Amino acid sequence: MDLSLAIFYVFAVVLVFAAFRVITAKNPVHAVLYLVLSFFNSAVLWMLMKAEFLAVSLIVIYVGAVMVLFLFVVMMLDINFEALRKSFWKFLPVAGTVAGIMLVEMVLILTHRYAKIDAARIVEPSFNTASAEVLGKLIYTQYFLPFQLAAVLLLVGMVAAIALTLRKRKNTKYLNPGDQIKVKREDRVRIVKMQSEPRIVADDAAADDKPAA
Amino acid sequence: MNWTSLNPWVATPEIFLLCAVCAILLLDLFISDAKRGVTYVLTLLTLLVTGVLVASGVSAPAEYGYSESFLVDPLSSYAKLTMIVGVALVLVYGRSYAKARGLYRGELFTLSMFSLLGMMVMASAVNFLTLYVGLELMSLSIYAMVALNRDSVASTEAAMKYFVLGALASGMLLYGMSMLYGATGSLDVFKVAAAIQSGAANQLLVVFGLVFVVTGLGFKFGAVPFHMWVPDVYQGAPTPMTQLISTAPKVAVLVLALRVLAQGLEGFAPDWRGMLMILAVLSIALGNLTAIAQSNIKRMLGYSTISHMGFVLLGLLVANVNGYAASFFYVVSYVLMGAAGFGILMLLSRAGFEAEQINDLKGLNQRSPWFALMMLFVMFSMAGIPVFLGFFAKLSVLKELVNMHLVWLAVFAVIFSLIGAFYYLRIVKVMYFDDAESHEPLQASLDAKVVLSVNCALLLVLGLMPNQLMSVLIDAVQRSIVVVAY
Repeated sequence: MDLSLAIFYVFAVVLVFAAFRVITAKNPVHAVLYLVLSFFNSAVLWMLMKAEFLAVSLIVIYVGAVMVLFLFVVMMLDINFEALRKSFWKFLPVAGTVAGIMLVEMVLILTHRYAKIDAARIVEPSFNTASAEVLGKLIYTQYFLPFQLAAVLLLVGMVAAIALTLRKRKNTKYLNPGDQIKVKREDRVRIVKMQSEPRIVADDAAADDKPAA
Repeated sequence: MNWTSLNPWVATPEIFLLCAVCAILLLDLFISDAKRGVTYVLTLLTLLVTGVLVASGVSAPAEYGYSESFLVDPLSSYAKLTMIVGVALVLVYGRSYAKARGLYRGELFTLSMFSLLGMMVMASAVNFLTLYVGLELMSLSIYAMVALNRDSVASTEAAMKYFVLGALASGMLLYGMSMLYGATGSLDVFKVAAAIQSGAANQLLVVFGLVFVVTGLGFKFGAVPFHMWVPDVYQGAPTPMTQLISTAPKVAVLVLALRVLAQGLEGFAPDWRGMLMILAVLSIALGNLTAIAQSNIKRMLGYSTISHMGFVLLGLLVANVNGYAASFFYVVSYVLMGAAGFGILMLLSRAGFEAEQINDLKGLNQRSPWFALMMLFVMFSMAGIPVFLGFFAKLSVLKELVNMHLVWLAVFAVIFSLIGAFYYLRIVKVMYFDDAESHEPLQASLDAKVVLSVNCALLLVLGLMPNQLMSVLIDAVQRSIVVVAY
């Protein structure tokens, strides 16, 4: 028990430090990396609470996919963070008010009698197996149909996204060699018989012939 | 939990449809644009086999599957058959239209089948979670199909409006369902009903959730005051997509309403009857009055759909088995009428020309007497003129209203149907008594012409002998709504 308490304090301290660095880091890429660190630490805290499925999905989904994407966005976008920082004092009153309200609300909830849960009242999970296993059993038995349909829904999302965005480029210079070989003179040239017309106004023709100055 | 309670084969038609769609999705990658007909034929074959699979279980007793979240009963089977016919008609009528506009792509077929899958799931789902996922599957596919004509500003705008308002409606419905879950402690329609019956449900919370559920349903039906999206989407979407939106999904939404309101919240019928009455009265009045002012026929049919949905809601608010059966009969007839109406519009369109103004129908009798007659059938049927199917659909709803002593409501509906007859008959007048402005021959493949003729003729034939269809549907609803397993 003491070991897990020690682990809790180590990771909690690192979590608070990383979260603090997220909002104080000058370099946005560093901030994102600190966010990754704080996610990882909170995943360990979840693990301590025997919620290993949540812990694993936090790492796989947030650290593995969302944050990597976020990192790319931060690197790609050319945002002048110095300019954003200059308006800090301008937004402080509104931001401070919102933060104050949130703080008061959290204190109210945490000091409410329902929030004071002593260790004896925490219900141990009735199952001895991993939560991922229990969840998996539920998903593949009781919620089998909605789960599979959600997968179909994702497939539809993919088909729709591709159908709406994939375009053949209109300005490619690609030529089909087969069509080039098969082409006949009749397809390209049309010979029109015309009566030759006598030149009537000589002056206009002379003016047209002049090279452009 | 074991294999028996999973009972996966109860959903054989859906499983087959899903496998076939995936196969067609892959196969279509290897088919060149010139051979797209292969995809078309395969899609129609898939729909046919799915239809046969559904029809083979139509007379079987109700059966649960997937731990009681999926129910195959006569109501769901007949609803599924109607949806399959509705989607197949979209593809048959829309083929030439789509070809002429560069929409004739594999996604047209796969997305319409995915939306059909969603509708079929909606028809059978008796669990809020499954109902919602089915609804989203249907809606998402249709949003994408409306936007498929990417270079048209009108289509993109329609898709955007439809998407935003549809998402809002789904959110409302989901919020209402979560409230019902909070009040009764179950997501299962029949367990919700049992909790309400035993008095274990929190009354206030149920009514609160009910308001949101009815709002969400109102959006999906396109009932006033949640109808804002209907005219714009009907006008902006490519005509096959308009046909799809206005036919099969209405059946799915009606079954959804029956599951949630009639089967789940039966104990709160006095509450939702009042809400539906407001929706129905407003829809019939506003739909019919506004349709008169339209010069765009797709928009006019949009407002006409609103008024038809008002009639469907009238049947629902009777809140007994006969009323539900009348609603179901109405919606099935509307699928046939709506499909035929939009089918004829697509017949008149050709490459570079969109038949969507009422003036485009001028002198149709001179261009093609046969299809002018067919359009006359459709318009007479929609207006509710006797011996056509639409008349008996309206009659059955009105009869149930009178039986429930709601005579004022029936009189109101008849008066506004009379007003509505004006704009349907105006189309007939334009076709027969005005001179044609263009003498282009009607361009459509033979199959579309034949199926369209059969579809329109059915409006007359079924109208001459409506008892068979009506008794089958009434029997289906009676056998289904009575089944309460808990």
